[in-house]
Amino acid sequence: MTSQSLSALTIRNLYKSYGAVDVLKGINLEAQPGEFIALVGPSGCGKSTLLAMIAGLESVTSGEILIGNRLVNSVPPKDRDIAMVFQSYALYPTMTVRQNITFGMESRGVPKADQAEAVKHVAALLQIEVLLGRKPGQLSGGQRQRVAMGRALVRDPKLFLFDEPLSNLDAKLRVDMRTEIKKLHNRVGKTTVYVTHDQVEAMTLASRIAVMHQGSVQQFDAAQMIYSRPANMFVAGFMGSPAMNFIPAELGDGAGRPCVTVRTVDGGTAALELAQPVPAGAPRNVVLGVRPEHIYRFSDDLKHRKRAIAAVKAPVELVEPTGAETLAVLRFGDLEVTGRFDPDSAPRTGETMTLGIDMARACLFDPTTQSLL
Amino acid sequence: MAERAAAIDLEAAAASRRHFWSRFAIYGLLTVFAAVYLIPLFVVVFNSFREQAEIARDGLISLPRTFRLEAWAQAWSTYCIAGTCQGMQRNFLNSLWMTIPATIISTLLGAVNGYVLSKWRFKGSEVLFTLMLLGVFMPGQIALMPWAFVLGKLGLTNSTYGLILVHVVQGISFTTLFCRNYYVGIPDDLIKAARIDGAGFWRIFWKIIMPLSPPILIVTVIWQFTGIWNEYLFGVVFTSGQAQPITAALVALTASGTTARSYDVMSAAVLIGALPPLLIYLFGGKYFVRGLTQGAIK
Repeated sequence: MTSQSLSALTIRNLYKSYGAVDVLKGINLEAQPGEFIALVGPSGCGKSTLLAMIAGLESVTSGEILIGNRLVNSVPPKDRDIAMVFQSYALYPTMTVRQNITFGMESRGVPKADQAEAVKHVAALLQIEVLLGRKPGQLSGGQRQRVAMGRALVRDPKLFLFDEPLSNLDAKLRVDMRTEIKKLHNRVGKTTVYVTHDQVEAMTLASRIAVMHQGSVQQFDAAQMIYSRPANMFVAGFMGSPAMNFIPAELGDGAGRPCVTVRTVDGGTAALELAQPVPAGAPRNVVLGVRPEHIYRFSDDLKHRKRAIAAVKAPVELVEPTGAETLAVLRFGDLEVTGRFDPDSAPRTGETMTLGIDMARACLFDPTTQSLL
Repeated sequence: MAERAAAIDLEAAAASRRHFWSRFAIYGLLTVFAAVYLIPLFVVVFNSFREQAEIARDGLISLPRTFRLEAWAQAWSTYCIAGTCQGMQRNFLNSLWMTIPATIISTLLGAVNGYVLSKWRFKGSEVLFTLMLLGVFMPGQIALMPWAFVLGKLGLTNSTYGLILVHVVQGISFTTLFCRNYYVGIPDDLIKAARIDGAGFWRIFWKIIMPLSPPILIVTVIWQFTGIWNEYLFGVVFTSGQAQPITAALVALTASGTTARSYDVMSAAVLIGALPPLLIYLFGGKYFVRGLTQGAIK
């Protein structure tokens, strides 16, 4: 009971169906006061529906939503003490920026003097004072975004909800606004639920991430845990770009130490020594998950720096320099594996290089259940 | 080099000649059609300024030799229709008192219907909308008998109020269709944002939807005003004499030929009857076309 009163938002066993279609299948989540939670997943995973249910815009089929320790299942949106920023910004087109910001306060009957004070405060915080007299049609995308946030901030709610707020902005502005949202959250310190399909946004902003797929939460954990210890192959593949490499492998014993055997290009196999003991009950055939940045050009120096480096030879099929790093497509048997190299040690196309794989960072998955071993 | 340039010049000249002749044909044809359409109007306008004697002498279709406004004055206030010598003014006002309230009420109802059917959908709302659309395709004559019955029961026969009721109900299909299709283009996020902001059904309607509506409201008002003003069947069936709208009275005027027909007065009367929709279209036509072609609001 004490843990319940501590949470700013609690979701218990939440279901949503439209007729025979189950959109959400038993969601459990909880957010501590002041925490920044990201809901991330591919389109159609149910993340936006979940957010709309927290906002009260969609009805609950079964389960519970608590804001603070109040059950809000049947509380109308306006009484939930929330504010929401929409992907389309949803600014009222016929009103000025000032009217957009005060509309909610007017609906709730806040005295005019207090409204003016609140607008002043929020406009200063977001640096939109000069825009107050303009209509949304006269604003740029980034300015609209600020106004939409201002409209949410002015409410001073218990809970902030963001529905893909940056996806309508161009790439550069998106990165700038991302930083601004993070700064704003640090300053205001309100509990926030942030929906995005962009895993970088989720990683950079959130203290904890819920990765969703097909209506259920695949993993709900701190951003770094999601990245380094993904609960299953979906999470592993979704978070991180380029995606984690999945290499079919066979568990075995190499000189008394546990290792996995993978196919190499010449039709032979290579045994890679594992850093951890094999978990009990693991199947013989497994999937080895290696992130591109954990593949290095092998050297003695590397072997000294890292505690579990396994060497394997692979030809380089393609090289993609991006400036800061160089991506290379390597061939493992009939698989393509992407590696991420420092431009100084980048491979050349056609070269057959000896790779050092950091086995301490590698993950093993069960190919049938797809879960982490 | 020079030869080639000359050849290009020749080709360009030929192309521009072809262009000229095709334009000439198009505009010529359009002028003919416009004339066919406009000549009856000119005839009526001219005759309203000519003397009856002159019309009798020179025929109906002829340029005016005189210019007098007497026929207009007669048609407005003194001409005798079916024994009453008050001209058209009474019927003109009847039409106004019928058309203005009926237009406003049917437009507002259409706006509310459209708002509900696009933004507050409920189980069966699509079916309801489809049923309402049937009204668009239903000829007014079908409703004549039921309306006679309803107006009789309500005691609204031979009254402008009765006609207002008929036109409001008959018009709802169209106004609902117009408004609903326009409101579908308004993003749902606006409504959601307003709900979170604490606005209810009516506050969203008046503060969010209505300010976005002028384009479609202008279309609906023009459509309804012209339709109701020009409507004849219900007017002639459900009212008589002093209570008739101008369309019904015009027919009574042409039929009340006790003496020789006064084409000058008839022409003026017809023009008086046609003026309000024409004025509405002249002032609002630009918005009408714009409103019909305008898509979603971003």
